[in-house]
Amino acid sequence: MEYLSIVFQEVYKILFLLVPVLVSVAMIVWLDRRVWAFVQKRQGPNVVGPFGLLQSLADALKYIFKEIIIPSSSNKVIFILAPIVTMTLALIAWAVIPFSATQVLADINVGILYLFAVSSLGVYGIIMGGWASNSKYPFLGAIRSAAQMVSYEVSIGVIIINVLLCVGSLNLNDIVIAQQNMWFVIPLFPMFVIFFISALAETNRPPFDLPEAEAELVAGYQTEYSGMMYAMFWLGEYANILLMCAMGAILFLGGWMSPIDVYPFTLVPGAIWLILKILLLFILFALVKAIVPRYRYDQLMRLGWKVFLPLSLIWVVLTASYLFYFNLLPVN
Amino acid sequence: MIAHAIFFYTFSIIAVVSAIMVTASKNTVHSVFFLILDFISISCLFIMIGAEFLGMIMLIVYVGAVAVLFLFVVMMLNVAQQKNQWFAGEQSSRHIPVGLIISTLIFFEIIIVIGGWKYKPEIFDINNSIAQISISNTHSLGQILYTDYIHVFQISGMILLVAMVGAIVLTFRQRSGVKRQSYIKQISRERAEGVEVLEVQSNKGVKIDD
Repeated sequence: MEYLSIVFQEVYKILFLLVPVLVSVAMIVWLDRRVWAFVQKRQGPNVVGPFGLLQSLADALKYIFKEIIIPSSSNKVIFILAPIVTMTLALIAWAVIPFSATQVLADINVGILYLFAVSSLGVYGIIMGGWASNSKYPFLGAIRSAAQMVSYEVSIGVIIINVLLCVGSLNLNDIVIAQQNMWFVIPLFPMFVIFFISALAETNRPPFDLPEAEAELVAGYQTEYSGMMYAMFWLGEYANILLMCAMGAILFLGGWMSPIDVYPFTLVPGAIWLILKILLLFILFALVKAIVPRYRYDQLMRLGWKVFLPLSLIWVVLTASYLFYFNLLPVN
Repeated sequence: MIAHAIFFYTFSIIAVVSAIMVTASKNTVHSVFFLILDFISISCLFIMIGAEFLGMIMLIVYVGAVAVLFLFVVMMLNVAQQKNQWFAGEQSSRHIPVGLIISTLIFFEIIIVIGGWKYKPEIFDINNSIAQISISNTHSLGQILYTDYIHVFQISGMILLVAMVGAIVLTFRQRSGVKRQSYIKQISRERAEGVEVLEVQSNKGVKIDD
């Protein structure tokens, strides 16, 4: 009985986390389209509800009532698993995101490694979807995205090492608290820029949306998907984008910490600050989508391996030397 | 405690079954997917015994990178048909002795390790060599790797680097007659060298492509 009550408490906590995340994913889709439209001097979705806020709900309703078509020559089990994997992986990562010093679902020792692991598993949803469709365009899209995501993960990993050198802990709350005096975006600014661009590539956002480049590959790995399964890919993708924004906010922008450590600002709960920072990063994501043309594939690979990886490695050496020379290495 | 046991047996059963399915499934891509499932359940087992760093590294390195490359190669080469021959053809009997020898070797190695653990527990007493329980798994791992075993650690890193360079050198070939894209050239192109304005005389035309 006691065990059951613990389980129910946990389920309650998980629902309290996941329902807002899902709702905000729907809102963020609307925000993305709105920002995109404003940059191009259009109105964007503004019909359904006030300011078009309910547009995503209307879209979701439309997807739910559409027929799910499963191609007859596809590998059915993997075809159905692929969107589920994408969605699940995008949602389970939120378990370790700290919303304040105490408000975190699972305060694990290796939080940042967990985040990194989950975001690196995200490639499977795309590969599975692309391969199981048994069709040319999805397969090409899947192959492209596999190469792309693996490449940019490497530089994200090295950037995380940079931050960890300054923190001395893998726990996400420790990372946030280590930024009490100065956000890491100031001393590690080049790493923040590289992280931001790598996050764009990792989540297949424009200008790196080659896995679904509509001019060449129809819709990439999603070509054969329809109805709710397509919507799940879509939701998972946006949940991943939010997650990368949260990761950026925690690693570089001080997480749930208020920007100025004075009285009226510290009253605002940490969750609000974190959400504001995530929103700031997301608006940057949306602006990039609107103003930058798509990369060519060889340029993308060159950028990942020949520019970002050496740069971030050199920065690791620099950070380590600096911390060592000035005796600033964090010691517990 | 019961919940712990339930999780342990679930993960280990999944690990064993998926390991069997890696060799038994007919489709090579399915084999790789079962391999991934195996990796994931083993990393869950690592996390359950408190080795959360190893578990996460297992996820990142094996599932996030190695298995993706496996999948990549298997999908690109389309080796699905070859695997059937491997099992059903006459060739398969020739590989059985080799497989048996290797598996007996591994079996005896495991027996030796478990035997040592059982009869000489002080060799494996972690609390003697490694620091206290109070510090986290990651810290203690780092403290051992970068102090007592620093040379071994560095040498293994160098070996991996040499292996990587070697693999690149072995497969690298310079092909002639390939049109390479030079981004510097492409970006630094001026209008003057790209566009030419000509006076075209009627009924004469111009000669391009010289």
